[in-house]
Amino acid sequence: MYQVEDATQLSENVYQIWVNAPQVARHARAGQFLIIRVDETGERIPLTISATKGDSVRVIYMAVGKTTELLATKKKGDVLADIVGPLGTPSEIKNYGTVVVIGGGVGIASTPIIAREAKEAGNHVIGIIGARNKDLLILEDEMEEVCDELFITTDDGSKGVHGFASTVLEGLLKERTIDCVWIVGPAIMMKVTSRVTIPYKVKTFVSLNPIMVDGTGMCGSCRVTVGGETKFACVDGPEFDAHQVDFDSLMQRQRMYTDEEKEAREHFHHHDHHGGCGCCGGKH
Amino acid sequence: MAKEVKDFTEVNKGLTEENAVLEALRCMSCVRPTCVKGCPVGIDIPAFIQKVAEKDFEGAAAVIKADNMLPAICGRVCPQESQCEGACILAKKEKPVAVGALERYVADWEREHGTKLPAVAEPTGKHVAVVGSGPAGLTAAAELARFGHEVTVFESLHEAGGVLTYGIPEFRLPKAIVKAEIEQVKALGVEIRLNHLVGRSVPVEELLGYDAVFLGTGAGLPYFMGIEGENLNGVYSANEFLTRVNLMHANCFPEFDTPVKRGCKVVVVGGGNVAMDAARVARRLGAAVTLVYRRREEDLPARAVEVKNAHEEGVEFLCCANPVRIVGETAVEGVECVRMEMCEVDASGRPKPTCIEGSEFTLEADVFIEAIGQGPNPLLVSMIPGLERARRGNLVVDEDGRTTVARVYAAGDAATGAATVIWAMGSAKTAAAAIDKALKEE
Ligand SMILES: Cc1cc2nc3c(=O)[nH]c(=O)nc-3n(C[C@H](O)[C@H](O)[C@H](O)COP(=O)(O)OP(=O)(O)OC[C@H]3O[C@@H](n4cnc5c(N)ncnc54)[C@H](O)[C@@H]3O)c2cc1C
Ligand SMILES: Cc1cc2nc3c(=O)[nH]c(=O)nc-3n(C[C@H](O)[C@H](O)[C@H](O)COP(=O)(O)OP(=O)(O)OC[C@H]3O[C@@H](n4cnc5c(N)ncnc54)[C@H](O)[C@@H]3O)c2cc1C
Ligand code: SF4
Ligand code: FES
Repeated sequence: MYQVEDATQLSENVYQIWVNAPQVARHARAGQFLIIRVDETGERIPLTISATKGDSVRVIYMAVGKTTELLATKKKGDVLADIVGPLGTPSEIKNYGTVVVIGGGVGIASTPIIAREAKEAGNHVIGIIGARNKDLLILEDEMEEVCDELFITTDDGSKGVHGFASTVLEGLLKERTIDCVWIVGPAIMMKVTSRVTIPYKVKTFVSLNPIMVDGTGMCGSCRVTVGGETKFACVDGPEFDAHQVDFDSLMQRQRMYTDEEKEAREHFHHHDHHGGCGCCGGKH
Repeated sequence: MAKEVKDFTEVNKGLTEENAVLEALRCMSCVRPTCVKGCPVGIDIPAFIQKVAEKDFEGAAAVIKADNMLPAICGRVCPQESQCEGACILAKKEKPVAVGALERYVADWEREHGTKLPAVAEPTGKHVAVVGSGPAGLTAAAELARFGHEVTVFESLHEAGGVLTYGIPEFRLPKAIVKAEIEQVKALGVEIRLNHLVGRSVPVEELLGYDAVFLGTGAGLPYFMGIEGENLNGVYSANEFLTRVNLMHANCFPEFDTPVKRGCKVVVVGGGNVAMDAARVARRLGAAVTLVYRRREEDLPARAVEVKNAHEEGVEFLCCANPVRIVGETAVEGVECVRMEMCEVDASGRPKPTCIEGSEFTLEADVFIEAIGQGPNPLLVSMIPGLERARRGNLVVDEDGRTTVARVYAAGDAATGAATVIWAMGSAKTAAAAIDKALKEE
């Protein structure tokens, strides 16, 4: 069992939770994720490791479905059934020169840890965080603290630059030499934003979020096409060279369980607790 | 008419006490028992069968457990026909003694009547790390604990058992039985740390800090055919399909949160035990199932009894055919196949299948499951410096399970490639004995 040490809401539908998971906290690096199973009947869901402190790890997530909504009800002192990690290959961090770290929406969760490691490796770090409106911006202070420069964008212009992260990135690429870019956010945002760096031939990493089960390379659920080859995002990634990724196939596979997700959500809202279906044998 | 199958309760029901004793009486207690030679863990088969004949089930269990800590599992899933029973002297004349059914009877009897643990030696002060809690890891752990070593097993999933838990379905191997036998291994003093992916949650340096290391990481890497349409929604590796149902209980969705596409028409490709399991699970989820296999029905590598059960449960077999393309826009709509013919015998002694030009036809399908094999898990082993791997990723080991790195041993599917539960256990026992010897010589 893994104890919740702190849980707060950051914005509409976005929550942060600190959990005691020593084996994850001790070895986590930028770009890695963990898998949570909230309770005995729960699904295994991957979430990016957003920070660590002592024996605890922080994840930040958007409540979009059954599991994340359930997670959002957890409070300090509650326990989660399972946490495994850190999983995935850490970000390829070295001294590139000037790097840009971009977070879109809840994807901002991943950026402070990448920015921090990039800074420690000697890079000049520029952050760009973007959201639909100012109320959905998260981790502004943390990014402010760790980046050399920080840009903020909102789709509606309620704060910072009116527009998308890609607009700011484009401007930066025109003005100066950028050596490496990280983009984390929804698949469509990563697809669009990473296109901007193609003409400039700048190394660009994106963090892919396909559906996963084990997270250890055993099921093949997370397969993505990169450079025409099949890769398993959980072990070969989740970060890949953006210019090689087949985003359309990623987005299509993310929608595989749309109907089932709806059913799960409805079931969750109509049943306060699990009755157990009695057909599984054993303890369930 | 195929019988309807819906539930996941065990299919084969096992012997009654009376039948067990009658069967045991058929054994001739051979002086040089050939059956034992056929058993990869060398159970003293005539001795335990003798005790069954005497109705001393407790004594029978003790005999078995001297060599095998997972008898209720082995009694259910071992391919006895090609092992002990295949080697039984009576197999030549009439029917061999039903060793597997007897082993299962004894193990079930003991579980219901209170289990006794084998003796454990004085603590040696040595600490061994075991990676993976499949049959190889569990066997190595039990053996090493009995030799008096402190043993920590690391398992990346949230439940122990490896393929026994996530791969083999409930109706062939009830999970309550797997849990009970794992509890026995724990009762020997073995600590199992779940949710620990070695190489990530436990760094390699920390692993190599143990007095010895046993790698039982299995063959969990699913192979894909590499045909067009593999990324369509509804395409599964057998591993994913079976894991969703066995480990995550997707058959009970939405009571359990993990979904699985049940499909109306499911096509499974492959002919081994894994393919049979995937097909039989898909049947239970309510689909019409076609199993496509490229050779002839008599060439199916799966156990005969699994094939028979699959037939009885209504799985359609389409032999001498092979998928070449998965058709669909975003999700699977069909599987294009070609007919195959058997040509000259290949190196393995089996006729080589070649496709017949122009014979393409399309099967309607909404779920496609690939069960064409799996290879050793590359994750951890690729991180250990100096660890040599052979073709297809199998770890290079000597006859005692020593890898090319000092104090690191390996057995089971990680070393042999996908094999069987009992071969994993047999090789793990050998490696455990070698580890014990090395630790005691230090
Ligand atoms: C490596 C990785 C890191 C991630 N990090 C974060 C993060 O830091 N914060 C965050 O909010 N989200 C993150 N996600 C996405 C997160 O896993 C999903 O939002 C979550 O699984 C949704 O579960 P649900 O039951 O609440 O919603 P559902 O209703 O089940 O699904 C909502 C959406 O989530 C996706 N999803 C569903 N199940 C899975 C699954 N098992 N694995 C992956 N995606 C799934 C689907 O695309 C679906 O459209 C990450 C995903 C990956 C692969
Ligand atoms: C569907 C299916 C049906 C089968 N049916 C039969 C049958 O009827 N009879 C039979 O004899 N055989 C059968 N087999 C084969 C048999 O299950 C395997 O040969 C056997 O399980 C191999 O045992 P193992 O211990 O080597 O590996 P596994 O059982 O694969 O166990 C390996 C374990 O190691 C864990 N692991 C891997 N890497 C790490 C890591 N880095 N850190 C921590 N943990 C890790 C995995 O999560 C897993 O739990 C079947 C296999 C499958 C897939
Ligand atoms: S070979 Fe057959 S008859 Fe002989 S001891 Fe073994 S099981 Fe009994
Ligand atoms: S999640 Fe199973 S292989 Fe990646």
